[in-house]
Amino acid sequence: MFEPFFEFAFMRRALVGCLALSLSAPPLGVFLVLRRLSLIGDALGHAILPGVAFAVAVFGLSLLAMSVGGVLAGLAVVLGAGLAARGTALREDASLAGFYLVALALGVAIVSASGGRIDLMALLFGAVLAVDDPALLFMAGTASVTLIALAVMWRPLVIETFDPGFLRAARGRGAVWHLGFLALVVLNLVAAFHALGTLMAVGLMMLPATAARFWSASLGGQVVAAALLAMVASATGLTLSFHADVPTGPAIVLTAGALWLVSLAAGPQGSLLAQVLRRPHYAG
Amino acid sequence: MSAPIRLADVTVAYRRHPAVHHVTGEFAPGSMTAIVGPNGAGKTTLLRALMGEVPTDQGRIDRGGIDPRAIAYLPQQAALDRGFPLACAEVVAMGHWGRVGPFRRMTPEASGRTAEALAAVGLDGFARRPIATLSAGQFQRVLFARMLLQDAPVVLLDEPFTAIDARTTADLMRVVARWHGEGRTVIAVLHDLEMVRAHFPDALLLAREAIAWGPTPTALSSANLFRARMMAEAWDETAEVCAHDETRRAA
Repeated sequence: MFEPFFEFAFMRRALVGCLALSLSAPPLGVFLVLRRLSLIGDALGHAILPGVAFAVAVFGLSLLAMSVGGVLAGLAVVLGAGLAARGTALREDASLAGFYLVALALGVAIVSASGGRIDLMALLFGAVLAVDDPALLFMAGTASVTLIALAVMWRPLVIETFDPGFLRAARGRGAVWHLGFLALVVLNLVAAFHALGTLMAVGLMMLPATAARFWSASLGGQVVAAALLAMVASATGLTLSFHADVPTGPAIVLTAGALWLVSLAAGPQGSLLAQVLRRPHYAG
Repeated sequence: MSAPIRLADVTVAYRRHPAVHHVTGEFAPGSMTAIVGPNGAGKTTLLRALMGEVPTDQGRIDRGGIDPRAIAYLPQQAALDRGFPLACAEVVAMGHWGRVGPFRRMTPEASGRTAEALAAVGLDGFARRPIATLSAGQFQRVLFARMLLQDAPVVLLDEPFTAIDARTTADLMRVVARWHGEGRTVIAVLHDLEMVRAHFPDALLLAREAIAWGPTPTALSSANLFRARMMAEAWDETAEVCAHDETRRAA
């Protein structure tokens, strides 16, 4: 069953890359869920498309150009939405929706204008063969940078997520942590899209994060659970993708989705089973 | 002892309509003042102006050299996610922020102070309890414990006892009295006039304008309370530009 990983170098590269991102993307997803921004990952997944498409149209299939283009487009949307939300009466989710829809349309326009030179399916849903050595290094590097950054900004990020008013009163630079956090989200989505595609990359970030809620009542526990679930989904999904001849993105996300459903049904914290299973109550 | 917090002709407006209108007066250092007034009287706005969270349209606030960062502020019914996966001690420990900031180490001594703060609000043994399991009153105790750690010279409380039972209110009122005893300046928005008369030496009766500001028994006279009640809650859509401003500009 696991022979493709022994036989093929590209499968090993894809596995290592996805495992690396499983360590960094789902913890970001946990914070997105807690900030009630679960759908923002989706928006940002769309937002990086024009940057990538533009890079491909101009520079060809260069990893560096595509990554820089994706990150720049994502950051532009994050910053634009953040500034619009802070400077005007528009809420952040509404301004983000505006920006990403424009970005998505722009991306599709660039793809079609470049006339077949860009494989839209690979861009949206990923291609396991896209994970060459530079892409693998980029994914591993992104995971390392993200984990270090999360460790450094953990305290302010937790406070800013739980009680932004408290941090504002203490002049704790809430906007810096918020935008830094969203920049990490963009970076991870760009790193993940080489293997998973811009649309499916969000799944590896959000599904384990929403499932983690059913496994632990503490923030640290949820972060660890999300990373573990994502690693299981990556390994299983890649195997499935090879044997069933499904693109890697949907295969990994479907596996993550199955794990999410299992967690929702039978996880130890607040799942359906935990509610149905009436255990005897304590005396006090 | 530091200088008083002075308000000189302070007006704060939303869409040009004043929420706080030409308020002048001062909070003496170490004083304990209740801000009383009907809904829409500008009480919360005044606290936010004291915090520097909303700009004044006119007049100025002199905090007597106190850094706004050193003011502890408990917003009204803090709109916090009570299902957030944090334990009580983790929320309380946020009160160390002024000393440890984003990066400095949380020392064992600081952790000890966290436990003491929990005990001081009657939550001994709650350190590891998830906040999701707390009642509204217990959660308010947690927020008070966090303020204890802030060790702030000025404490602002916005309706701290709304939807809180009598016993919790009495316990938390003891914490407030302790802050007053330690020489901190306490300013609290309250609706319970009995409580104000019993515990707060000074009162500011606000109805956008300061109807009365001084010792509680005189400030909350029935004549003053009647005047405050007469204040219309709605904006006057057809209001002229404030004549008070015109005379000031002419002067």
